[in-house]
Order: sequence, then C-alpha cells, then structure tokens
Amino acid sequence: MFPALATLVEGVPHFDGFVYPNELLLLWSVLIVIYPYVTGLVAGAFILASLVRVFEVKALEPVYRLSLLTALSFLLVAPMPLLLHLGHPERCLQIMMTPHLSSPMAMFGFVYAWYLMAVLLLELWFDYRKDFVEWSRSEVGLKGIMYRIFTLGVEDVSEPSVRLDARLGRIITVIGIPSAFLLHGYVGFIFGSIKANPWWGNVLMPIIFIFSAMVSGIALCVCLYMAINWGRRIPQDIVCIDMMGKFLFYALVIDAGLEGLDWVHRLYAADESIHILKTLASGKLFYTLLVGQACMGTVVPFLLLGAVQLFRKKIPTLARERMYFVSAALVVLGVFAMRWNVVIGGQLFSKSLRGFTSHKMELAGQEGWLVGLGLIILPFVILTVLLKYFLPANAVLPPRGETSAAPGHAV
Amino acid sequence: MSKSFSRRGVLGSLGGIVGGLLSLPVARHVKAAVQRVFASAGAPEGYDATKHWWLMVIDIDRCIGCGLCAEACKNENHVPKVPTYFRTWIERYIIKKPRPGTTETRGETLVDSPNGGIDGFPPSLVPREEILKSFFVPKLCNLCHQSPCTQACPVGATFDAPDGAVLIDPNYCIGCGFCIQACPYGCRYFNPETKTADKCSLCYHRITRGLKPACVEICPTGARIFGDLKNPVPDDPILRFVRDKKVQTLKPHLGTEPRVLYAGMDKEVR
Repeated sequence: MFPALATLVEGVPHFDGFVYPNELLLLWSVLIVIYPYVTGLVAGAFILASLVRVFEVKALEPVYRLSLLTALSFLLVAPMPLLLHLGHPERCLQIMMTPHLSSPMAMFGFVYAWYLMAVLLLELWFDYRKDFVEWSRSEVGLKGIMYRIFTLGVEDVSEPSVRLDARLGRIITVIGIPSAFLLHGYVGFIFGSIKANPWWGNVLMPIIFIFSAMVSGIALCVCLYMAINWGRRIPQDIVCIDMMGKFLFYALVIDAGLEGLDWVHRLYAADESIHILKTLASGKLFYTLLVGQACMGTVVPFLLLGAVQLFRKKIPTLARERMYFVSAALVVLGVFAMRWNVVIGGQLFSKSLRGFTSHKMELAGQEGWLVGLGLIILPFVILTVLLKYFLPANAVLPPRGETSAAPGHAV
Repeated sequence: MSKSFSRRGVLGSLGGIVGGLLSLPVARHVKAAVQRVFASAGAPEGYDATKHWWLMVIDIDRCIGCGLCAEACKNENHVPKVPTYFRTWIERYIIKKPRPGTTETRGETLVDSPNGGIDGFPPSLVPREEILKSFFVPKLCNLCHQSPCTQACPVGATFDAPDGAVLIDPNYCIGCGFCIQACPYGCRYFNPETKTADKCSLCYHRITRGLKPACVEICPTGARIFGDLKNPVPDDPILRFVRDKKVQTLKPHLGTEPRVLYAGMDKEVR
C-alpha cells in the first residue's frame, strides 16, 4: 500500500513508504502520553467527587475525600512530564510571563493554576478545615503543627462558620465542574487544533478527551477504593461501589459512543487521510488500538458492567465486586492505551500521507521507560502520604458537618 | 492562638496574589514588541524589515535533484549533518505507468528523499520502461500567510517578520515542539544541539545583507528563484515567473496560504 523506493539510509529509524525527513524521529514520546493521561485522571476523579457535593449522590460519600485526594495527587504530578520533555525547562515560566494568546498550549499554566489553586485546594480546604482545627488540637508535635498550619489560622468552628464552609465548598465544586471540563477539554484541544495532522485535528477531540477522562478517573477511584479497603481489611461498601459502577458504565457508553462516532465520520467522509489512518489502525496500532483500547479497554468492561446493570440482583455481591474491579482496571489501562494511540499514533504516519516511521522507547533517557514508570508511580506515592495524614483508616467518613476521628491513630 | 485570621482576609490576600499574577500578561505585549526587534535571527544593525518582502518560488521542471541546495543549506546554517534534520530537502517522485489492461491514467507513485537528496539519488529500482514520469521537488519553509507554527507557539518565540520571513528566536524558544507538530509540511525539526525548534529562515543572515539564500546561490539550474517584492529589479525574475507559469501551492486546502509557489507541480505532490 505504501511502496518504498528501497533507499535505506544509515542512522534513520525503519520506515515504510515515504516520510518527510524531519518526521523520521518521533518528537513526542511517552511523557506526552502520560501528561493527558494524568490530567484526565484528575478531571475524572474530581467529577466523581462533584457527584457527591453538587448532585448529592449520597451513596458515593465514602469515596468523596478519596477522589479529591486522588485528584490532588495526580494534579501535582501533571506538569512534570511537560516540564521534563521541554528542550529548555528553565524557560518554562515564559509560558506564563509572555503567553502567546493564539496558542492553546500557552493556556496550560493558567488552566493548571486555576484548577489547582482556585478549585481543588480551596475545595479541600473548606472540606477539611473543621477537621484540621480538631486535629490540630488533638495531635501533638510536628503533626499538630502541620494541621495547625493547614487551618491557615482560621480556627472558628462554630456552627455558622462550619455551615459557611459547606456552602462555599459547594459553590467551588459548582465552579469546579466546568473547570474540570476546561482542564481536560483544553488538553484535547491541544491535539484537536492541529489541522496539519488528520489523526488529531478533529472537533470531537476535546469532548472525547473529557469523557475518556471521566471514565478513567471514576475507574481509578473504583480500583483505589476497593484496594484500600482490602489493604485496611475493611468490608467493601457495595452500595457505593454499585453506584460508582453505574456511573462508570454510563460514562463508558458515552465515551465509546463518541469514539465510535469519530470513526464512523472518518470512514464515511473518507477524506484523503482515510487510507493511511485505516492502515495505521490495523497495522502499527493493532495491539494498542484494536486489542488494547477497543477490545480490552472498552468492549470487555462494557459487557461486564452492562451485565451487572441488567442482572444486579442475580449476581452475588462478591462476584459483582470482582466484576467491577476487573472492569475498572481494564478501563484504566484502556484509557492509557487511548492516550498512547493518540499521541504516538499521530506521529507514526507521515503528514505526506505516504508512509510510516517507527518508534522504539529507550529504557533510560529523558523519554524512556524508567522516567515514564516513575511518573506513573509518583502520584500513587503522593496519594499514600496524603491518605496517611488526611484519610486514616479509622476516620470513617461522617455525614458532612460532623467531625471525623483524630487521624493519628491509624490502624 | 492570639490572632485568628478571617476567611475573608485570607481569601482576599490569596485573590490579590492571583490577580497580580494575572496582570502579568499586560507586560507581555511590551516584551513581545522588544523581542521581535531584537530577534536573534541574524539581521545586521540598521536593517529595516518593513522595507522588504522576501519570497522564494520553485520551478520544478528545472530541478535536476543534484542536492547541492540541501547540502549548502546544512553547511550555511549549521544544521546537524544526520539524515533526520533538514531546513530544505529534495523529494524524488516516480510515477509508474498504469497497469496494462486497466483504464487508469497513471500507476503507483513512489517518493523518496535519501538523506534529503544531499548525496544525489541512486538509480531507481523501477525499470525504466515502467516509469511514466519522474521529477524532483525541492521543499523548504512555505512562508505561510496564516502560519500554523506561529499560531501554535506558546511563548511567541516563532513570529512572522514584517519582511515575510517566518523566524524563530532560539534564545526564547522553550523547545516544546508544538510548532513542529503544527507544520503541515514537515519543515520544522527539533535541533538536538540547541534543544529548540529550527527551520528555514531564508538564510536571514544573508538576505538581510543583500545576499541570496545559500540554496538559491548554489542551484546550478535556477530552479529556486528568490527576490524582494518590495524592491523588484528590472524584469524581475519572480514577477516574470508568476506571469508566465501556472503556479500552485502545497496543501492549499489547509488554509495556511503558503507564499512559496511551485510551477510544474503534479497532483501527486504533497
């Protein structure tokens, strides 16, 4: 399909057909795969939390704080892959000091800062403030000082004050929902705005990114919640998990529908890029797109979650739990495959639409396996620390407005 | 605790800090203006970019694929001498005859550009009698009117100079690579030595001193024609070119409005 004049040149990765010479080496590698993946998990986890705060889905209360802390852990890591991949990381602040307003990438600093400072940290603070005050009184030593610092000096825990916290927290969540959409829709727009690349330049891209983010974030919270309960030997709250499973299923249906629509449109409109994109999907991306993303990451979880929705009463609790966990884990991996397919897939074919280059990840090095793995593990390390101090095992989540147990006596 | 901060007070201070940060973009315009004037693109002091409008046009029928232009470019502009970085390169198109018994007007298209054409082109593996036609296409920055690379640069390090050149300030580029992804023509590369984006600058350091770009200077057949539309010479070659030839641009459907014109381009060229 993409014939080559067999003129191989030394020092060039293997390629088929014709590739513009400057495209032979992939510019964006695993770091730029991780960036939208991590950001998506942030947005998704936040949306899950907002279901409790704004939409008052009571069944999800046990995961409220977990999902916020998950969002924070991943958000803290989100800029790292971007920073690491820059040719001149020391110039990174220029993106905020002299942003070029026609560039979607220039908005990163502002969107990120807004989301971190104005949404996530504020919401967490309003939610935790009363606990911080209590804990700063009950804890001694460094821990006590830490909690006292986190109160930011606001130690009023009278009922009207706590009520105000709750109200402000709710307002921030209401602002936070569009902000979460903005955070990840914007990431989708970075790719969607590249008209030079037919695999990326697509009006659906931001919306697909938003829904895949919700899917991945909810799925991650399902896995984390169940894993933490197993680790702490706490019985699973099946009502909560059922509810998460339900939302995961709905989000997955919309996400799969949008991605399906994208392909239907591409195949039907069949512009000049369709031949190479079909070859890309069935060739270079066979394992990550068709097997990983479509089959294991979408169809299997869809069937499992769908089956639970249809036959919930007939499936025993334990089996249901396992089905949720397996589906959620597959979705988390499937969305990673989706990010890989977008970022790497979009650079494997030439913009001349006449051939493919190839990509091999190195082990060490700036964009290697080790750095990538480190960046994926890091948010979990941060989360572990956050859980230790802010979501201890014995701190059963109270209905909003009451105080949880002191965190120092974790099991 | 002796002093208890109020929520309003704390949030007010936080808001003030954020507001201060947000007002920084205003300073950006001033900085950007200065930045453009002093862009380290190699122009000599006193050069007035508003008094020129540079353009290069390509006559495909004249190109013999010798590759001297690509080599001269690398030497002139310190482009890494490996086959994955080029400011300009030559593509060879071989269009085969249609398969016998079909009603097609032309057969398969084969394209290659070994080392950008610098070492010339080896004999084609397609037997001579199967070839319908063959030609060479020099590629360079298309000098787009609506340049997607300039639009995409997050810090304004890439900019459209008032004289028509699309330039990069290597001292300001953060090396994110977004412009490289945004260029539909594959004309930009990530320079592994400077760790910044790099591309054809029309040999800005030469043209601003009254010289021709290196590729134009060395081309033995006059396939590359270069000039200043604000200061046309008598019987200007570019004006003659656009008058006498049927010209096209690359990928016009993308709306980038390339200014580099090609004469003699066949439909297979992308």
